[in-house]
Amino acid sequence: MAMNKTRRTAIIFSSIAVLMFGFGFALVPLYNVFCDVTGLNGKITGSSSALINNEVDRSRNITVQFIATGNENLPWDFYPVIKEIKIHPGEMSRVEYFAQNNSDKDMVVQAIPSITPGSAAKFLKKTECFCFTQQVLKKGASMRMPVLFYLDNDLDQNINTITLSYTLFDLTEKQGESHDKP
Amino acid sequence: MEYANPWQRIMRWVTTTNHKDIGTLYLMLSLVMLFIGGGMALIIRGELFMPGQQFIDPSFYNQMITLHGLIMVFGVIMPAFVGLANWQIPMMIGAPDMALPRMNNWSFWILPFAFTILISTLFMNGPAPNFGWTFYAPLSTTYGPPSTDFFIFAVHLMGLSSIMGAINIIATILNLRAPGMRMMKLPIFVWSWLITAFLLIAVMPVLAGAVTMMLTDRHFGTSFFNAAGGGDPLLFQHIFWFFGHPEVYIMILPAFGVVSQIIPTFSRKKLFGYGSMVAAIAVIAFLSFLVWAHHMFVSGISLGAELFFMYSTMLIAVPTGVKVFNWVTTMFRGSLSFETPMLFAVGFVVLFTIGGLSGLMLSIVPADFQYHDTYFVVAHFHYVLVPGALFGILAGVYFWIPKWTGHMYNEAMGKWHFWLSVIGVNVTFFPMHFLGLAGMPRRVPDYALQFTDFNMVATVGAVIFGFSQLLFLVNIIKTIRGGKPATDEVWEGAEGLEWTIPSPAPYHTFQTPPEVR
Repeated sequence: MAMNKTRRTAIIFSSIAVLMFGFGFALVPLYNVFCDVTGLNGKITGSSSALINNEVDRSRNITVQFIATGNENLPWDFYPVIKEIKIHPGEMSRVEYFAQNNSDKDMVVQAIPSITPGSAAKFLKKTECFCFTQQVLKKGASMRMPVLFYLDNDLDQNINTITLSYTLFDLTEKQGESHDKP
Repeated sequence: MEYANPWQRIMRWVTTTNHKDIGTLYLMLSLVMLFIGGGMALIIRGELFMPGQQFIDPSFYNQMITLHGLIMVFGVIMPAFVGLANWQIPMMIGAPDMALPRMNNWSFWILPFAFTILISTLFMNGPAPNFGWTFYAPLSTTYGPPSTDFFIFAVHLMGLSSIMGAINIIATILNLRAPGMRMMKLPIFVWSWLITAFLLIAVMPVLAGAVTMMLTDRHFGTSFFNAAGGGDPLLFQHIFWFFGHPEVYIMILPAFGVVSQIIPTFSRKKLFGYGSMVAAIAVIAFLSFLVWAHHMFVSGISLGAELFFMYSTMLIAVPTGVKVFNWVTTMFRGSLSFETPMLFAVGFVVLFTIGGLSGLMLSIVPADFQYHDTYFVVAHFHYVLVPGALFGILAGVYFWIPKWTGHMYNEAMGKWHFWLSVIGVNVTFFPMHFLGLAGMPRRVPDYALQFTDFNMVATVGAVIFGFSQLLFLVNIIKTIRGGKPATDEVWEGAEGLEWTIPSPAPYHTFQTPPEVR
């Protein structure tokens, strides 16, 4: 009798241990969902937003600043062509980033965006972005990479300045593996 | 016991399923690890005696702090408490053995292999793990040395061992209590271990998940913690501390239990507020799941999160305060005597409270911005872990070793051990508060000139503390070999089933369950 009870206890708590192992992994999507819902962390989805015909709200002027960073001494020139623009919510804008591969090999990079303040992240909608795909540059080559975006009209009234930052990560060595989008 | 040959003598320990044997094995492993981890601490303190590089290079310094932390947490404190649980829980609840004796054997024998793997990294080509015991990504993933994979495997084994040990303890407490031993009659040490075991089962798998993610990030092209692939390095900190904060209570709750056994014995009074003691442990355990981000105040989390984690952290001071109040009240107007276990228990109450209060200071967000990653943090967690958890273990060993061996330990040597330890601990760790407030960062092999004096003091304290543990070693070896015979009751004020059986405790106890009134 006691043995059966012990076996039951052991099975129950082993299952809890297995569940908690799963929970550790469930924290990964939970974390992303949490960031999406609350807009914490300035994380934004990597996919493009549908182009909606927004009414342009001419009563508001929002400054959008652009930042570029190369991760780990990436031997690239990488900077926004224009450092900042002033736009109205609902208005489509196109900006470009310049990138040049100064290394002596062909390289593959992935740009990861981040937005400050974090709460603005879900209101900045991109219809086209170089960060949606990996970018390939032959050695010494350069290119201009476009971002097409607009600000949602529902953007919080307190927000007047938004900073859009891109960090370039070197994926040349991981090229063989599949990385379709961030 | 008689053995035909040495092989039998060894195999007796390898194949044993007896809770007392396994308890002894756990405690012995912990003792060996204490001196290995302590040796590393002395290397660290030696390097920090003066500014500039003394005798180890910064890379080796980083390996030392990493292995010191891992060995002390997983190799000393946790196995020692599991050892105490193995010895004491069946004797305290009137059970013949642990509920799952074979699993018990296995959960111990995994550990020597885990630590052999972990320590072997020091002798490999390339550095041993050098990213601190918290192994934050990407330091441990992208930049981790090749030996990191051995570390990951070792952590998996330790986790497996802890989970099996915890399941065993829960099964024992829930199913093997003697008739009449109701839950609210359980000795408080048993209660503290029951709740600790729940914590272990809840968080060790999460740690296993975290190191598994590290492994796949390192070798199988996943990007859990790699921003380039859409992951997030900050996620690592959330997962790690979701494990890590309950982990610190795993290391302290059994010490609460030990101290709650010892103080009433030497006060010759009942424990004050038994019910509130149990409730306080349960509340602390529950809250421990809601405070993890207080380790991450400077990682850029939002203001709302900072406020939530600040308040929830401060809330833990309430049940902890209840416990300290109950211990003090138990002693109040008691008929006190100060044998070595009581000295360590009282030392625990005083010094753990200092560590708890510096924890409260660290919970304040704006203050934490200043204290974060300084020696103030080092002072804080060493105060709760050394005169906290470790003193709890030492107190427990002195308290129960007469029952285990049938001999009294050498009281004079025990008192010397206590006083040298308590002085050593304070001389080592108290100056670290000042170093931290003055801005000395932690995890540095070198420091600015103005920190020299306090660092010298701390190193002197560390040498005193470290070498005084040799007294403990000598004392317990002598107690095992012989000494004044202990009575069955051992201590005048002792209460509980374990004191009703002969000293030394027979190999099999309570084969017919005792009747508890």
